Amino acid sequence: MTTIAVRGAERRLMEGSEAIALASIAAGCRFFAGYPMTPFTEVLEHFARYLPEVGGTCINAESELEAVGMAWGALATGARAATGSTGQGLSLMQESFAEITLAELPLVIFNLARGQGDYFQATRGGGHGDYRHLVLAPVDITEAVELTQLAFHLADRWRNPVLVYGDYLTAHVEESVSVDPIDFGPVPDKDWAVDGATTGTGHAKLLSPLGLAKFGAEPIGIEAHLRRIVAKQHEIERTEARAETGYLDDAETVVVAFGSPARFVRSVVRDLREAGERVGFVRPITLWPFPADAVAAAAGARTVAVFELSAGQLIDDVRLAVLGRAPVVGIGGISTDGSGFGVGRLLDVETIRDRVLAVHRGGADAALPPLPDNERTLW
Amino acid sequence: MTTITSRGTVRIDTEACKGCELCITACPPRVLTMGSDLNRAGFHSPLLEPGCTGCAACLFVCPDFCFEVYRYDQPVVTEVAS
Amino acid sequence: MPTLDTSTEPSGARRVGDLTPDLLLTGEHHLCPGCGEPLALRCLLDTITDLEVTTQTIGVVGIGCYTAFTTSIDVDLVQALHGRAPSVATGIKRMRPDAVVFTLQGDGDMVNEGLQEVLHTAARGEAVTCVLLNNGVFGETGGHMTATTVLGQRTKNTIDGREAEYHGYPILIGDLISRLEGASYVARGSVHNAGAVARTKKMVRRALESQRRGDGFSFVEVLTMCPTGWFIPTGESPEYLHETLGAVHVMGELKVDGRVKTTDELHTENVARQREVEARLAAGGLDG
Repeated sequence: MTTIAVRGAERRLMEGSEAIALASIAAGCRFFAGYPMTPFTEVLEHFARYLPEVGGTCINAESELEAVGMAWGALATGARAATGSTGQGLSLMQESFAEITLAELPLVIFNLARGQGDYFQATRGGGHGDYRHLVLAPVDITEAVELTQLAFHLADRWRNPVLVYGDYLTAHVEESVSVDPIDFGPVPDKDWAVDGATTGTGHAKLLSPLGLAKFGAEPIGIEAHLRRIVAKQHEIERTEARAETGYLDDAETVVVAFGSPARFVRSVVRDLREAGERVGFVRPITLWPFPADAVAAAAGARTVAVFELSAGQLIDDVRLAVLGRAPVVGIGGISTDGSGFGVGRLLDVETIRDRVLAVHRGGADAALPPLPDNERTLW
Repeated sequence: MTTITSRGTVRIDTEACKGCELCITACPPRVLTMGSDLNRAGFHSPLLEPGCTGCAACLFVCPDFCFEVYRYDQPVVTEVAS
Repeated sequence: MPTLDTSTEPSGARRVGDLTPDLLLTGEHHLCPGCGEPLALRCLLDTITDLEVTTQTIGVVGIGCYTAFTTSIDVDLVQALHGRAPSVATGIKRMRPDAVVFTLQGDGDMVNEGLQEVLHTAARGEAVTCVLLNNGVFGETGGHMTATTVLGQRTKNTIDGREAEYHGYPILIGDLISRLEGASYVARGSVHNAGAVARTKKMVRRALESQRRGDGFSFVEVLTMCPTGWFIPTGESPEYLHETLGAVHVMGELKVDGRVKTTDELHTENVARQREVEARLAAGGLDG
């Protein structure tokens, strides 16, 4: 195998979209297909720019349906491949995500979302049948570089799609980062990949979501196939949950948040700690499997607050983890800029601190400050 | 008595036949007819009369891959009642 | 008239045609009596064998009756979603440019569910060969109207025949694709008689040869019988195909080496071709 100099290995100011594309390539990704959509577009642009340099292919697909289909084909040959969009575009790909999971192909999916309202889409999925994706939610660009590479590793490790859930800030904030390949250890051989070499030998391969086998081999059958995938996903739930926690030991109020907003929450909690307030935080890094143990550890607090930029989706998983041992209250909400694509005024350290403090002082029933409104839409 | 010459012949997998009769109309010398026996799946299958040319039209149109086609090195002559 | 023994291999004869294509692990299948799809499949599989590209061929299959063959076709296969095979084939071909890549779809799959997929793949000039099995109905659900159902054709949801005012017009997909710059070879064959099958097999060969030369996208549409979905006796289905679907979806090589043929040209060629087939059958065989 030839060694290719890793672009981005030199530390420099880099926006998240570029870092994600370069981290993918460092992880061995050689195929990407996508359809432009704000704020995901620049991820596609950077793949289009960098993949040909390493002999890879980036296709500006004619639709999201076709983008995910192309990635499916590339995966079938054993290549590391990915697709992505915003949640709106991923809505169109859900049928394929479900089938790709049941066909056990290691797809990596990027959602550079317009907020956090795609939590259910990411963790429950909008497709058919019993399937799950691993979901990784980077807090900043440095972590995006790591989790992007981890996504390709976990996809191969489990033969299961992995979704990286970022947002406008993940895509467009510039940070000083370097993209260094990370070795996460060995992954299973892709002896299932098709290359045509077994055609006509009596032992041709079949990549099917249906649990079928070629004539002469014993098919596992659809029921056993689906149960095997479920068993695998239980094993993923048992072993792959990740979270960052802070100050939980004596916290009276614990704030749960994920992704870019968790960076603001973490900062607020640190500031409040320095001011002597007994607050802590839990940041799920994997949204599925949900780090229920880490969140359950917060159940000793007087109040568990959930900050998310949506009407309240993460809060369901927090309630399931806490199981009634502490009141769980949502302190986030819907907040966007005038375009609907970007960041609203709720994502502000002062504003978040006021909301955390309201719950910290007044408990779960405290009245929250009103949600800040956006500037008037210009169109 | 008259004689009929067969330049070819066929082997028929009657158990694979589903009785669609596509071969009957496809046969240029019209030497295939449907038999009255039923196979295990309950379908009639074709019978071969003398006069086959080995043209393979039956094989080309058989959806169930029932035909194997042969050409005789020397044509075979069958005597039939006139 | 006496009948001859057809149960054993004859002596003093050479075999000129096999029971089952080499690339089928078993000839047994549960498609209906008189189905045209196995005939089209034979054209495709035998051509892969003839071209000696077996150990570099990868197929992508959609969802239809023919999907039942995925376990018996001795070709590396990827099962795609309904309508999505051309994109999957694109991903495969881009990662394995040396492979011979084909797709197999029905009219409901390709022309209804995934019309944009095949058009975009053709327009991109993707070096894959898409094969359409067109019988004008959803066979697997039991005979429902598709985007290629011809006017007047009875289906379970056009019970008095397809009417333009109510159900719209059929899409002539081969004609549509032939107008795209990226498509290098486009042909429409049929399996309604032995001559048509032989001709279709040649079309498949030219399409795969075009792919191997890297000319661009190649496409073979094959009109197939579906007596079950048409609600007619199996023996009448070849003629029904010729008279109804075949009259609208005109057979022939629609585009060769980038040149689109006119319908008049196709008709003239079809008449000449039919005479040639009749002469060859009279002379003793189609296999030459």
